Amino acid sequence: MTISGTSELLKVEDLKVYFPIRSGLLFDRQIGDVKAVDGVSFEIKRGETLGLVGESGCGKTTVGRTILRLYDPTEGRIYFEGQDIATVSQSEMRKLRGRMQMVFQDPYSSLNPRQSIGNLISEPLKIHGISSGDKARARAEELLEIVGLPKSATARYPHEFSGGQRQRIGLARSLALNPDLIVADEPVSALDVSIQAQMINLLEELQEEFDLTYLFIAHDLAVVRHISDRVAVMYLGKIVEVADADALYASPRHPYTMALLSAVPIPDPLVEESRERILLKGDLPSPANPPQGCRFHTRCPFRQPERCDTEDPKLRTLADGHVAACHYAEEIMAGRIKAFGAGEAQAAS
Amino acid sequence: MAPLLSVRDLAVQFKTRKSTIRAVNGISFDLNAGETLGIVGESGCGKSVSALAMLGILPKAGRVTRGEVLFEDVDLLKLPDSQLRQIRGNDVAMIFQDPMTSLNPILTVGRQITEALRKHLDMSKSKANEEAVALLDRVGIPAAKDRIGDYPHQFSGGMRQRVMIAMAISCRPKILIADEPTTALDVTIQAQILEVLKQLVAEENMALILITHDLGVVAGTCGRTNVMYAGRFVESAPTRKLFAKPRHPYTLGLLKSVPRLDAARKEKLQPIGGTPLSMTSEIEGCAFAPRCIYATEESRTKTPELRRIDSDDHLVACWNPVQEQDMPRIEIVAARDEGVAG
Repeated sequence: MTISGTSELLKVEDLKVYFPIRSGLLFDRQIGDVKAVDGVSFEIKRGETLGLVGESGCGKTTVGRTILRLYDPTEGRIYFEGQDIATVSQSEMRKLRGRMQMVFQDPYSSLNPRQSIGNLISEPLKIHGISSGDKARARAEELLEIVGLPKSATARYPHEFSGGQRQRIGLARSLALNPDLIVADEPVSALDVSIQAQMINLLEELQEEFDLTYLFIAHDLAVVRHISDRVAVMYLGKIVEVADADALYASPRHPYTMALLSAVPIPDPLVEESRERILLKGDLPSPANPPQGCRFHTRCPFRQPERCDTEDPKLRTLADGHVAACHYAEEIMAGRIKAFGAGEAQAAS
Repeated sequence: MAPLLSVRDLAVQFKTRKSTIRAVNGISFDLNAGETLGIVGESGCGKSVSALAMLGILPKAGRVTRGEVLFEDVDLLKLPDSQLRQIRGNDVAMIFQDPMTSLNPILTVGRQITEALRKHLDMSKSKANEEAVALLDRVGIPAAKDRIGDYPHQFSGGMRQRVMIAMAISCRPKILIADEPTTALDVTIQAQILEVLKQLVAEENMALILITHDLGVVAGTCGRTNVMYAGRFVESAPTRKLFAKPRHPYTLGLLKSVPRLDAARKEKLQPIGGTPLSMTSEIEGCAFAPRCIYATEESRTKTPELRRIDSDDHLVACWNPVQEQDMPRIEIVAARDEGVAG
């Protein structure tokens, strides 16, 4: 996982994706928006893995899908190798998609059950006019071997494979066009732990072999931290912190990151006994009606009477190089603001 | 004193038209009041099926082929349905993974909680309602009084699981079986739910069986942990010992294949090779042998039974247990900054 260059492969600027909420029987009126992604900026260097982590409904999948233009952005720019792809036409986009591919979460619904594995993997080759017939078949066999499956799998169908093997097939298909960027959306969450580790190792090996760049989207913080060079933490449509994977656990700067880290169980009873948990009260507010000011203020254990509920904190670089979106990050770090006990924390309303 | 629950050589099979699936192949364990037992294993290892079998709620195709489930010295498997129903939900309660499908969508949560109270404890309607509010309050649902008339869809996933727990504990059961209670939930919500369960165990002296695939969850919750593979327990030990000195190669394999949040990140994960066996044929020898780097000739021919190793409370079913030099050593990253953890 060495970073081969410093050039940015992907740069996202102030991305917003809103989904309209419609209502009405006769007249189709729009009564609001679900602000799934609300002003997200980040960049990924060539050869790097950026982890995007957050709880369900935070917008992480929407970010991934919008980068491939499976959703159209409401606002903002997406630069792929310097070219703004947020507004290019779908036909142009289709050409570009050969260089940016996606691996999906569900290994059952992402493979067409009526197509043989050979067909599934060589289909992108045919669509992009790269090869067909025997040549495409040979390439499919080669790809299967790359992901650790036997050549003979080409003649078989998805139902003959286990979840872990299907995920490998999905990965082989995404590699068919020699992409630069792979958006992996929860690629291991449906797998058992022993199989999950095989898949993670495979992703790491392929990255080295083919100089791939990953946007790795997942909810499992330990997995994301393991595979990523940098990790971006999302909450309710916004990025609240970006950190080097190594620094993330040792020194989180945003209260949400702290709470999230402290909630992840660690497979070690000794560590678990002595850990301090920041228990968040209440549930995630609705993205259709996010809280004013800082979106996390309704659940934040460090919440202050001023600014938090009125002013939206911008993602900023702190003095120690960390990037976080919190008005009081420095004060919290210095210990001048203490978290109030779980009992006093404000319940989300 | 006899244990509260004693399961002896329980085995379960599922008959399909083509084959017989041997889901559980003889498991035994004891559980005392106030104990927390974790059952860990991957999908299909038989952990949920054993719980369903204990309560007599197996799906139609499933059948208990041998064994006994002694609850306070009465074999639940031999009880007629009417008597079993007195115990199920009253003395032994269960919560499931998916809080949406286990709640009835067309009844208010109040109605669903009071149902058990009125049936099992013979409470009057108003008394049961009062109790239901107290229960919801107990599991941390804010403004419980106002929410008692709400329907399941008006609750979030975490709140629904709290309702499920409130229902399960309504008759003050002696044993609570929780089958993947937090798997469908986000981590911050998972932490809340596990906290509720731990409190209940401490305050009510309730015994808890926690079934999960997540090693982190048992590490923080259970006093004792049983590791299950292909329908059998392969290792059983106090949780601290199990994690510090795993003696079964499968336990070791599981520990080495999960990334740890607090470990130095450079370590490559060491997955367990291969995939689990299909459970349709009689397994000869140790079921884990085909995936095991420690397997010996004996492993392939003779099935190992759980036997004591190191100490009386550590059991392992293996012919060639993991030795000291192979046990996990994790390089932990520096402790977190002062003043941050609150």
